Amino acid sequence: MTVNSVSLVIAGSGGAGVVTAGSLLLDAAAKAGWYALMSRSSGPQIRGGEAAAMLRFATEPIMSHDDSFHLLMAIDWDNITRFSAEIPLTADSLIVGDPVHGDAPAGLLAGRPRQAALPMTDIAAKIENGRPNMVALGAIAAMIGLPPEAMQAVVEKALKKKGAAAIDASMSAFHAGFAAAADLPAIPKLPAVSAASGPRWSITGNEATGLGVIRGGVRFVAAYPITPATEVLEWLAPSLAKVGGMLVQAEDELASINQIIGASYGGVPAMTATSGPGLSLMIESLGLAVAAEVPLVVVDVMRVGPSTGIATKSEQSDLNIAVYGLHGDAPHVVVAANSVSDCLFTTQWAVHLAEAMQVPTIVLTDQAMGQARAILPRPAELAFIGQREVAKAAVEGERYKRYAMTGSGVSPMAIPGTPGLTHTADGLEHNEFGTPSSQASDHQAQMDKRNRKISQYNYGDHWADIEDFGGGPGDAPKEAPLGGTAIITWGSSTGPAREALQRLSAAGGKARLISVRLIAPVQPEKMAEALRGIKRAVVVEQSHSGQFYRMLRAFYELPAQTVSLHQGGPLSFGPQQILDQLNQLNAGSA
Amino acid sequence: MESCAQKKAYKAKDYKSDLKPIWCPGCGDYTVLNSITRALAELALPPEEVAVVSGIGCSSRIPAYTSVYGFHGVHGRALPVATGLKLARPDLTVLVTGGDGDGFSIGGNHFLHACRRNVDLTYIVMDNQVYGMTKGQASPTTSPDWEGSKLTPEGTGINPFQPLVVGLASGANFIARVSASDPINMAQIIVEAIRHPGFSLVQVLSPCVTFRPEQAEWRDIVRTAVVDYTDDAARAARRLMTDDGFNVGKVLFKGSRPPFRPEFEHTDGSVAELEARFAL
Repeated sequence: MTVNSVSLVIAGSGGAGVVTAGSLLLDAAAKAGWYALMSRSSGPQIRGGEAAAMLRFATEPIMSHDDSFHLLMAIDWDNITRFSAEIPLTADSLIVGDPVHGDAPAGLLAGRPRQAALPMTDIAAKIENGRPNMVALGAIAAMIGLPPEAMQAVVEKALKKKGAAAIDASMSAFHAGFAAAADLPAIPKLPAVSAASGPRWSITGNEATGLGVIRGGVRFVAAYPITPATEVLEWLAPSLAKVGGMLVQAEDELASINQIIGASYGGVPAMTATSGPGLSLMIESLGLAVAAEVPLVVVDVMRVGPSTGIATKSEQSDLNIAVYGLHGDAPHVVVAANSVSDCLFTTQWAVHLAEAMQVPTIVLTDQAMGQARAILPRPAELAFIGQREVAKAAVEGERYKRYAMTGSGVSPMAIPGTPGLTHTADGLEHNEFGTPSSQASDHQAQMDKRNRKISQYNYGDHWADIEDFGGGPGDAPKEAPLGGTAIITWGSSTGPAREALQRLSAAGGKARLISVRLIAPVQPEKMAEALRGIKRAVVVEQSHSGQFYRMLRAFYELPAQTVSLHQGGPLSFGPQQILDQLNQLNAGSA
Repeated sequence: MESCAQKKAYKAKDYKSDLKPIWCPGCGDYTVLNSITRALAELALPPEEVAVVSGIGCSSRIPAYTSVYGFHGVHGRALPVATGLKLARPDLTVLVTGGDGDGFSIGGNHFLHACRRNVDLTYIVMDNQVYGMTKGQASPTTSPDWEGSKLTPEGTGINPFQPLVVGLASGANFIARVSASDPINMAQIIVEAIRHPGFSLVQVLSPCVTFRPEQAEWRDIVRTAVVDYTDDAARAARRLMTDDGFNVGKVLFKGSRPPFRPEFEHTDGSVAELEARFAL
């Protein structure tokens, strides 16, 4: 089954309001009962400058952009070719521009798209306070089958404060654009949805991340702004206040990680969110949290690295630092969200894991999912609430052992304020009491204990999403070898991989998707089970050096025919690119 | 002690652990440990309601030598740990201990912002103008011509950091300088520092007998400051900038800035209400 969808871009320069226009369109699509995904791309300017809103609409849930766009609606052409690589256009695509801004730049025409003109400026000029971007929205609505009533409702809400005249001006421009679209060439139209298939949410990955940590029980957040993680923190600031928590802006990332260590030591579940440069600064103190056994969550919304890299664009290249960045042998947990919706699940799970094992847990998301807004089925309610094993009262005649040897490796933690259990938590190697020790035996015992905590923990089925494509309805997952082919991936690459497999299955093929959520500690037995009967695999990731592939090679038994499909950001994989690789692998072995 | 009739009486030793310090004989830090425990006893704070947070260095070993809750973190980061702890647990009395290198060099940025933020903490800095744990290198408070380190055999050539001036300019709400040679006075000043709301900075001249043996003379050089504290930051600044660093034993500045607490919307919100905002 392939997805019935339409993809379009609205692009323009400073003041054209393309992101606003995209948001209005997304909200209207929500009213119309559709599902949607919207990503943004912008130039380097702090304010204004060129921007593009990339949207995909569908009548069923979607997790990825398509290979190309059906429509590029250009309010103007300023600097638009900066986005050429991010806006794949084919001969089936249509570019619509405003004649007052001249012809489309040659840089957009490599795929030989069709072209058409929509005099947005002239049409808008005939309406009092009419704006070209509303004319463009009207035309888009007509072309993709979006009912005008849906936009009416959205504009009324958005411009409520500006009054009836502003609403009328916008909607007049919208209707004029709607009428003018009659002369434009066709692009795919989505059918109207009579009744929505179920409850839906409109949410960004960064918002879902914030909600996930609150659901998990986090009530203290330290924040230092960094693109593209800032929205997580900005969403959390007022939201935490509403549920009795607090967010504090720190002076730098060194401070934010140490503030959450302090808060968590005080018994309050804590987290921070950052991106690669900030994670780099936090690494030393993450080691402290490992040694002192302080639970906490750090979300890394990955962007293109190294160094400042491309701050506004996505890459899956912080896997190595998240897994291997800490000095010494420092067992900790690394999990990765694989969609906008999964940001909620994975961060909530991360809080649960951190608290249960008294271990720092790094959550990897990325700019592509973090800053994307999606209209998606309402995420499930989850039972995960962080629960720390706490030492409640002193035992008569026994001195409290903060780092007591236990079978699970988890030692009940005394929270300051508890009489009789005072102790010093320490980043120095220590004995069971927490007393600093340079003895080999104490080091060995504490290393074993810290490793045991996370290696013996039962992560259940959440370690990966395993989905079979192309099986009949009666096929039980994880049993049939499914033609022996699998995609192994993680994070944002899961969306296009999933869609590639939907297309494969529509064409009669079969394959398994393994999207790894628990990056560390590794789960060789579970992976072996997931790979049973698999003879060929494609490993998909957005990293120039193939970090995930190398990690899989190091820790897992992979099928003999395993190929690595990896590329650095900021370009994301299209489903067809992955499908082509899969078909090539299957053909080679046929 | 009629006013404390309801409170349990504590002695200084109730706040000491039985761990033997790693410090050299004659180190000023012994006195500081004694003065802290004496101050806690005078305040009659139950040990479990006190936390001492530190970074790395000789003086940062103090938490484990006390019987209160302790946190011994990484170099330079004691203040942010204490900030998070105090904000999350305002019911606790939180002290921060450390040295001049930990606080003013690697932790310098946190020092500025802890003064600015004015969280209700008491920061006791044992200043010996040297890195002792790494065996004697120049610290931010070392004079520029000190040639005792192999790392800077010609001296650093850099003017020393002025912690109290910088602390004042950054917004510290209580500033005092004491000498390790007068533990009774030091304990009194620490009591005042803990009682004063907001960020309290106490600089202790705490000699390093091993790498700066000449500091043994400090006990003869220090003098009790002749003036009492001011709440006028401009006056305090003038005094501190003209002072030679050996006026001790008195509080130099007491501000009245309210301590930092994040502002809350006092709503009885629920997670379900947060989720409802996403529902279509």
